[in-house]
Amino acid sequence: MTDTITTNQFWAVGEEIEDTKAPKGVDIDKVWKTRQFQARLVNPANRRKLSVIIVGTGLAGGAAAATLGEAGYNVLNFCYQDSPRRAHSIAAQGGINAAKNYRNDNDSTFRLFYDTVKGGDYRARETNVYRLAEVSAKIIDHCVAQGVPFAREYGGLLDTRSFGGVQVQRTFYARGQTGQQLLIGAYQQLERQVAAGTVKMYTRHEMVELIVVDGKARGIVTRNMINGKVETWTADAVVLATGGYGNVFFLSTNAMGCNVTATWRAHRKGAYFGNPCFTQIHPTCIPVHGETQSKLTLMSESLRNDGRIWVPKKAEDCGKDPRQIPEEDRDYYLERIYPAFGNLVPHDIASRQAKKVCDEGRGVGPAVVEVDEDGTERLVRRGVYLDFSDAINRLGQKAVENKYGNLFDMYAQITGENPYEVPMRIYPAVHYTMGGLWVDYDLQSSIPGLYVTGEANFSDHGANRLGASALMQGLADGYFVLSNTINDYLADAPFDKLPEDHPAVAEARDSAQARIDKLLSIQGTRSVDSYHKELGHIMWEYCGMERTEEGLKKAIGLIQNLREDYWSNVRVTGKNEDFNQALERAGRVADFMELGELMCVDALHRRESCGGHFRAESQTPEGEALRHDDEFLYVAAWEWNGEGNVPVLHREPLNYKAIELKQRSYK
Amino acid sequence: MKLKLRIWRQAGPEAAGRMVEYDLDGVSEDMSFLEMLDLLNENLTERNEEPVAFDHDCREGICGMCGVVINGIAHGGSATTTCQLHMRSFSDGATIDIEPWRAGAFPVIKDLAVDRNAFDRIIAAGGFISSNTGSAPEAHSTPVPKREADRAFDNATCIGCGACVAACPNSSAMLFTAAKITHLAMLPQGQPERYRRVKSMVAQHDEEGFGNCTNIGECAAVCPKGIPLESIAQLNRDLIASLFKADGKQ
Repeated sequence: MTDTITTNQFWAVGEEIEDTKAPKGVDIDKVWKTRQFQARLVNPANRRKLSVIIVGTGLAGGAAAATLGEAGYNVLNFCYQDSPRRAHSIAAQGGINAAKNYRNDNDSTFRLFYDTVKGGDYRARETNVYRLAEVSAKIIDHCVAQGVPFAREYGGLLDTRSFGGVQVQRTFYARGQTGQQLLIGAYQQLERQVAAGTVKMYTRHEMVELIVVDGKARGIVTRNMINGKVETWTADAVVLATGGYGNVFFLSTNAMGCNVTATWRAHRKGAYFGNPCFTQIHPTCIPVHGETQSKLTLMSESLRNDGRIWVPKKAEDCGKDPRQIPEEDRDYYLERIYPAFGNLVPHDIASRQAKKVCDEGRGVGPAVVEVDEDGTERLVRRGVYLDFSDAINRLGQKAVENKYGNLFDMYAQITGENPYEVPMRIYPAVHYTMGGLWVDYDLQSSIPGLYVTGEANFSDHGANRLGASALMQGLADGYFVLSNTINDYLADAPFDKLPEDHPAVAEARDSAQARIDKLLSIQGTRSVDSYHKELGHIMWEYCGMERTEEGLKKAIGLIQNLREDYWSNVRVTGKNEDFNQALERAGRVADFMELGELMCVDALHRRESCGGHFRAESQTPEGEALRHDDEFLYVAAWEWNGEGNVPVLHREPLNYKAIELKQRSYK
Repeated sequence: MKLKLRIWRQAGPEAAGRMVEYDLDGVSEDMSFLEMLDLLNENLTERNEEPVAFDHDCREGICGMCGVVINGIAHGGSATTTCQLHMRSFSDGATIDIEPWRAGAFPVIKDLAVDRNAFDRIIAAGGFISSNTGSAPEAHSTPVPKREADRAFDNATCIGCGACVAACPNSSAMLFTAAKITHLAMLPQGQPERYRRVKSMVAQHDEEGFGNCTNIGECAAVCPKGIPLESIAQLNRDLIASLFKADGKQ
């Protein structure tokens, strides 16, 4: 570990905070039931007098909108896509976990809870994760009832498979399209409510500001992406379900439109940002092929069930056709180092080991030029093999096709190689962000009336995330948690009527408009994308898989300079009153730059390694991530402190009562 | 690679559109079709011209947001999405025509972007199973035979991209509608609303201004997810059956 940073120019320390909503003094399996009983209710006749704004239509947002609509609230639902069916939850491939114990393999709510907390490297809030495990089984029931076509066995019952970081088979799946099927299920329920009139849907509307009145969230400002109209919408509560911010790295597995604007605008209005530096790096993505690449494609983690990961033992073999490399010259490094979990170790471990073997010069695929910190150039191959030849020999090509056919097709389409004949090449990429707006047990942020669900909040994943748990959280929050907790807030109704010309509403609208006008007025020389790519390079280099104090400090300086340059030299073509995609991206990239800096500050202050966050200064003698529970057993909740001021760090200590803290081991 | 692009430019829904030619150099065969358009847009921005508007999002072939007609064929012709079409499918020096989905029910927003909200309204008309949150029975209480489950699944893979509409001479959205109807009709959970669903979804389909199906088959030929033409036969069977069912009456 490094020395304590004594003179601190990067952040200020504020008061400790705590979650006051999870009932205290009851056993973990009673916490949710107790809260459900204690939370106040709103009677059905009064619900129709109340309105809720929901931003986002993915698993968390779409499910919440449908469920609150069914309950009888007036829901206004917004998304930036042309249809709610396109939210990026749709791209999740592998599956969704649930503690059903259909396999008779000793699974239970407690075991799912235990695996998830351990997988998150003990940086998630225990009560939230237990609730997630508790409601997981109901998600499967509900989705089956909606007609989600989960994979089934010949007897007509649901099939399951296994995922990284666990030794039971609890993952429900729908070929390699689980996210799509679950999202379409939620979308259909949403459209049902649209038809019923309880949900009003606004597509191609982007939230660009939050309206806060007397300290409470009361509405949003949107830009109509077709005609540029900046409009205000008010309601009694606001829910953000806007996903993650992995696109801060430019190259990620996120959809191109995924952005941080909604949560960042809320952060600037007072919502704390929890653990921003916790980024999940996913081990099984198609490697980068060139400078003009716009995104990275994930190959489902489920492939690791049957695929074996290896690299040549000898660096001189790396350029060879893999089929010519004999068995004894192959290093199945995950099976060698982690015999108990083998190829199914969690994301962070599989990713780090892949980086390590490539750093050693044993990577495969085309060699690319990399520049070291001291400016020297070197050629590195960034890829490892994911080999199905054993599985094809054992099960036959047909069986492999049935299980993973669409993933194999996708790989062939993108790379031009046939994965049935030549092993796939994979490399880690940015996938999911565990950080997000801080919320309490009720999913309420530090702004009363502002709720945050799914990937947009920080609560359930810790420093890392196991496969098949993000879909579970999105749907748990959307269908079962928010719909029970938000009542407690809405029970304060009636709320004051908010006139259109209220100063807070006008201020929000004017500041959003001013930002747009400013971006259009700069008329500089560099495109928005070129800034985004540069920011992405800085983030990946210094705040990616491995971080150092020195690197992070350097990154903060680089980002500050880049941001300054952006606001004086960016070129945004066209005008506001039009379908203007350059302008859309310009606003998002501006927010990514501010967030990127906060991510580096957060990574800098957390002088320990945990989950996807690996501080080079903090490792075990074997090179595994080394936590420091004595110093960092807390959630870092950052408060915006005004333009030009350092952010304020509020710590929320994590209390583990049901689980004993351990060094994570998958050996 | 060097390319000659001829792209449909249209300032807005009411404006007149026209094909505009662009020369593009430096295209690599590993690029996706959309990355090639990104490159063009970077060049246009450098020249201080307005970039070409086009819809895209996941770039993984699953969200269904991208879609242009390439050389006269929806998504470019290899039964894939535009984002998963790679430049290795084209030869150096090629001329490529790029146009938006054309259909009365898909008004152009700008350049290559069109409005496909009509699809949402078809789903809202009945493309769901009414099951309130929290009311579901235990998942294993209804076994589903694998054969039916697989057929439901094959239809559930529709991504709603609209290529079927763009490819159909009648601008029919029958393949899209049929995919949803067949998906839900194969499942026991979908039975209670089965005939009401088909009637109301087809009625909405017609109201949106999509044409009728005349069995040309272009839709299935371009469908990136391989939804079979026989799904439309299933739709027709269910539609006829609905005439004789009490719950098919509206």
